[in-house]
Order: sequence, then C-alpha cells, then structure tokens
Amino acid sequence: MRGRLIKLQRVLLSPFWAVLVPYVWLLFFFLIPFLIVLKISFSDLRLGLPPYGPLMEWVEEGILIIRLNLTNYSFIGTDALYLFTYLESLMIAVIGTLGCLLIGYPMAYGIAKAGPPLRTVLLMMVILPFWTSFLLRVYAWIGILSPHGFLNLILMKIGLISSPLTLLDTTFATVLGIIYCYLPFMILPLFASLEKIDHTLVEAAYDLGAKPFQAFLRVIWPLSLPGVAAGSMLVLIPAVGEFVIPELLGGSQTLMIGKVLWNEFFTNRDWPVASALAVIMLIFLVLPITIFQRIQERQVRFLDAD
Amino acid sequence: MAQKPKRVELQPWQDPKAKPYIHLEGVSKEFNGTIAVDSVTLSIFQGEFFSLLGPSGCGKTTLLRMLAGFEMPSRGKIYIDGVDVTRRPAYDRPVNMMFQSYALFPHMTVEQNVAFGLKQERISKAEIKDRVREGLKLVQMERYETRRPHQLSGGQRQRVALARSLVKRPKLLLLDEPLAALDKRLREQTQFELVSIQEEVGITFILVTHDQEEAMTMSTRLGIMDHGRLRQIGTPNEIYEYPNSEYVADFIGSINKFEGRVIENEADHILVESEEAGCELYVSHSSEAPQGAQVKVAIRPEKVMIATSPPDQKRNSTKGIVRDIGYLGDVSIYHVELESGKIVLATQPNLVRLAERLVSWDEEVYLFWRAENSIVLTA
Repeated sequence: MRGRLIKLQRVLLSPFWAVLVPYVWLLFFFLIPFLIVLKISFSDLRLGLPPYGPLMEWVEEGILIIRLNLTNYSFIGTDALYLFTYLESLMIAVIGTLGCLLIGYPMAYGIAKAGPPLRTVLLMMVILPFWTSFLLRVYAWIGILSPHGFLNLILMKIGLISSPLTLLDTTFATVLGIIYCYLPFMILPLFASLEKIDHTLVEAAYDLGAKPFQAFLRVIWPLSLPGVAAGSMLVLIPAVGEFVIPELLGGSQTLMIGKVLWNEFFTNRDWPVASALAVIMLIFLVLPITIFQRIQERQVRFLDAD
Repeated sequence: MAQKPKRVELQPWQDPKAKPYIHLEGVSKEFNGTIAVDSVTLSIFQGEFFSLLGPSGCGKTTLLRMLAGFEMPSRGKIYIDGVDVTRRPAYDRPVNMMFQSYALFPHMTVEQNVAFGLKQERISKAEIKDRVREGLKLVQMERYETRRPHQLSGGQRQRVALARSLVKRPKLLLLDEPLAALDKRLREQTQFELVSIQEEVGITFILVTHDQEEAMTMSTRLGIMDHGRLRQIGTPNEIYEYPNSEYVADFIGSINKFEGRVIENEADHILVESEEAGCELYVSHSSEAPQGAQVKVAIRPEKVMIATSPPDQKRNSTKGIVRDIGYLGDVSIYHVELESGKIVLATQPNLVRLAERLVSWDEEVYLFWRAENSIVLTA
C-alpha cells in the first residue's frame, strides 16, 4: 500500500510533467492548426460557410470517399506570380536579416562590453520600442518616408536633393521596416552569446599575436555563431511571412507571400489556395530551421561541455 | 631541494657585468586611485625561472599582465632584451602567456589551438605542421591532435596551453598560476616537468604563484610581493635562510621569533637580550640594528634541537615543557612552552620508529640552536 503511494507520488512529481507542458502547447497551437490548414489546402472551393468542402464523405452505407484536391497546389505551381512572390519574400527577408545582423552585431558587442550599470540601460533601450504598438511604429515610418515626409524634407533642406525621392511604397521601405522592427530579436540572442565569451580567450588571441580584427575573426566571431544563428532565425522566419510591413510601407510594388495570403483569404475568399500557400511557405521555412538546429547542436556540444 | 649542477652554475645575478634580459624600471600601476603595483624595479636574466610569490591581491598578477601587455604601466619602463616594450600592445611583444584558466579556444582542436599563434606569423604550412608536432611532442600530447579542449583532462589542457605558448618561441614565457587547477599529486609531478621543459627550451620563465612550495621547487630566483611592492628577491635558499623582513620570514615556511633588545653589536656577531626566549641570543652575523634597538631574532623549527639534559651552551639555550607533538610521518613537530609562555616549534626527523621516542608530553626539555642558524629581523 505504502509502496504504491510512493510510486504514485513519484509519477505525479516526476519532471515528465514539466517537459510535457511545451509539447501540449505545441500540439494545440501549432500541430492541430497546421493540420486544419493542411486539410483545407486539399479541399474544394465552395461558396458558403465555411468556404470549402469536406475531405471525407459517406456516399452510401460502408463507403467513405476521401477526396484530395491537388489543384490548389498545381494552380500555385502554374502561376509564376506565386513562385516569384515566394522568392521575393525570401529575398526581402534575407536582406532584412543581413541588415539586422550588420547593425545588430556591433550594438550587441557594445552592450556586451559595457559595464554592468550601463549595460542594463542599453538593454532596456533595445527593448523599449516594444512598449509602443508595432502598428504605430510602422505608421510612423510612413511619416518619415513619404514624399513630403521628414527624411525628404531634411535631405532637401541640406541641399542633397532638389525634388523628393520616392521612398515610400518601395521594396527598400519594406526592407527598412523589417530591419527596424526585427532588430531587437537579432540583438538579444547575439548579446547573450557574446556576453558568454570568456574575455581571457580574446586576451589569449592577442597574446598569440592576433591583432584586434584577427582576434575578432578567429575567436569572437566563431564563438558567437550560435547567437548569429538564433538571431537570424528569429528575424528571417517571421520576416518571410510578414504582412503588415509590406502592406503599409511596400505599396503595390512589393509582393510578399503574407500579402498574397491575405488577398487569397479575404479578397478572393479562396481558402483552399490560401491554405496551400501557407503550407508551401512552411515547407520553405523548415529548411532554414533544420540548418539552424544543426549549427546549434554542433556549437552547444563543445561550448557547454565544460 | 637538490638542484642539478647546471642550475647552480647559472647565477648571472651574481655577475655585475651581466646584462639583464628582462628589466623593469620603477614600474607602477594604479587602478582608479588604488595602487596595485608600486614602483617595482627588477632584473631577470636569460634562461632564468623566476617566480613572483605573494598572497592574493599583492599585485603579482597585475605585474605579469603588464609584462604581457594587457595592462599599461602608470609609471615606469619595461625592457625585454634591451628593447623598450612599455607601450607595445600584447600582440606585438615577444612574450607569451600561459593563462590560469589555460584559455584554450573551445571551437578549435588541440592542433588548431597550438597552431593559432604560428598562423599569425608568415610561416609556411609545412613548417607550422612541424612546429606544432614538435610542440605537442615536448608536452607528450602528440596523440591528442584532433581532440577538442572539452575532451581533455585538466592536466592535458595545461600541457596543450604550454605547447601553444612555447611554439611561438617567445623570449619570455609568463605563467599565471599554471598549476592551481591541478590536484596535488599531478601538481608535484608537473612542477618537475615544467622545470625540465624550461631547461630544454631555454626560454626565460616568469611564474606567478601564491604557493610557496611551488615557487621554492621550481625557481632559480623568486621575488616576494606584498601590497604591490617587491619585498625581497633571491634564490629559494637565500629567501628561506636569510629573509630580510618579518613578512618574508612568515610567508615562507614557519619560523620562531623572539622579541628582544640589542645589547651588543659587533662586526661578526650580535647579542640580543630576550625575556621571551629566557636566554641571551647570540647571532653570528652583523646587523644594522643599533645597540638598545628592539629587534626580533628568528629561528626555523628544524634548526631548534631538543634534549632532555642541559646542553653545554648558555646562549641560544632555553627550556620549556612539551605541550603538543604532531607526527607528520617524516618529521615530528614539537610545541614547547617556555617559561615566558611563548610557544616554540621544533621539528625533529623521525629517524627511528616510534619505539625510541625522544621526549613525551608534559616533559621538560632543553631547546638550543647554533648561532649561525638564527637571524635578526629588523623590519
């Protein structure tokens, strides 16, 4: 009896439950929604509510018909617009990620090198933009970039240009918006990995004859790669599917998959095609995620070994 | 410690014409108003194994970091092989350092770690490979080329770190508590290995340690530091036998000290009257202490002899009661309480088995020593 109670207690208190929580979360908020989307992507378009047909139907007693409508996918395959949109989304996201890395790395390095009181202030400043609504911050960029906006006014005042530049409603504006909005997601993981680097390793590099830049290339940079990978994924993945930024800043010129998805869902009310687009986008993103996981596993193996 | 004849002969500091290889001239370092190193002047000669010894916070590591180029002196000059390197950055000095934490690059293999410094120089790939192999062979790590640091034990990491700093063939190798992370057995073994490697490569070593035994065993000379100052420089023998101050005497080994007053000061001896000792203390060397000055006379425990019958000397001879006996295996340490209440330590080698114990607890014993074995401390 007592033995059984202890056994029960052990089961109830086992760390298994703590591990289970994130899996349950993923099941309900990732896997099940994804399966629903997957299901819709294989169904027929219908007028009505919901705007798609069922996958399975009982035609008569004992016969179940499963219809997989593949035309949604083949339609996306035949229309070059979709492929182009995918590629452009990916390109914009990659450029945005590189931009974040270029700006974020020196910032993260500076924060990691700053003394404790200043460091806290700097980290606060990185997170500070989150206190304002994301939408408002993107709107603010319209004010800056529009033909009679802040930036054009200044450039014309100092005589660099004579007539306003078209900045708004361009791919450039979209990339700018992505860099601006996602920068903190790059800086924070970079900071975390740069801060962990033992300063004596840098001193050892100097001691062995490496000048500061060589010490950076051969010691700091490789040791910060887990942070680079984490930050890049945190920026790249959501940036590919970004909707608000290209919608507000990119105008009609910029085609991004998020916008096309939106159009299919809400303007064309073609849920099956929209779902198929979403599924393909996911597959597109699985690749970089796997690469990222590989890099991280390799890094973790020797960095956390001590 | 018995030393190889070769090392005893190597005494350039005795030769006034010898040119110092490393020279520090009034080097000081201040951090936000606190003085870490206070006007240190020091000459070290080629091929020496010099140790900086002192408690933590005495400035020895700061001094080492200034030699490496990680800190710039607030005042003073540093010369290496006649060249002023005071303002040169770490990467531009013919100096390498072995860090206390070893600082091996975790993302590189043993081979890449050792090759790191060589790749900074304009050396052909083939030569780098040769020198790396040679370096790893020197520390007996040639079979571990492809391992990463986390796959090595503490002792193995220490060897790789040593190889990494030696392959650069520096003029000076700095070692910051190189053995602190090793366990006692491995540490003792490594001490001798370090010395023989140093003799083999002929590079000048400066070692920083707080472990007096380590410093005594390995060094040709050592410097005792305290509060940023060098208190004494000398061979292990000199430091142990002739400490110039109470601080140094206390820091190295244990020592008995008697307070007293100088009553006679001649060229060949000094006589001190000491109530604490309960006898007149005769020291067979001179001292600058004037007549009537308060001084301390110090004597090492192993030089105090114990007898059950009175010795035939009046001076340097006292008696007391055995309060405690510590059996340490090779020696026994006796705590003898004098009439003044002073406890004197005396060690006797355990030459015979327990059967023939000389004295026992609460027994009255006579303590005496030879005049040349005691020293007068004025500081």
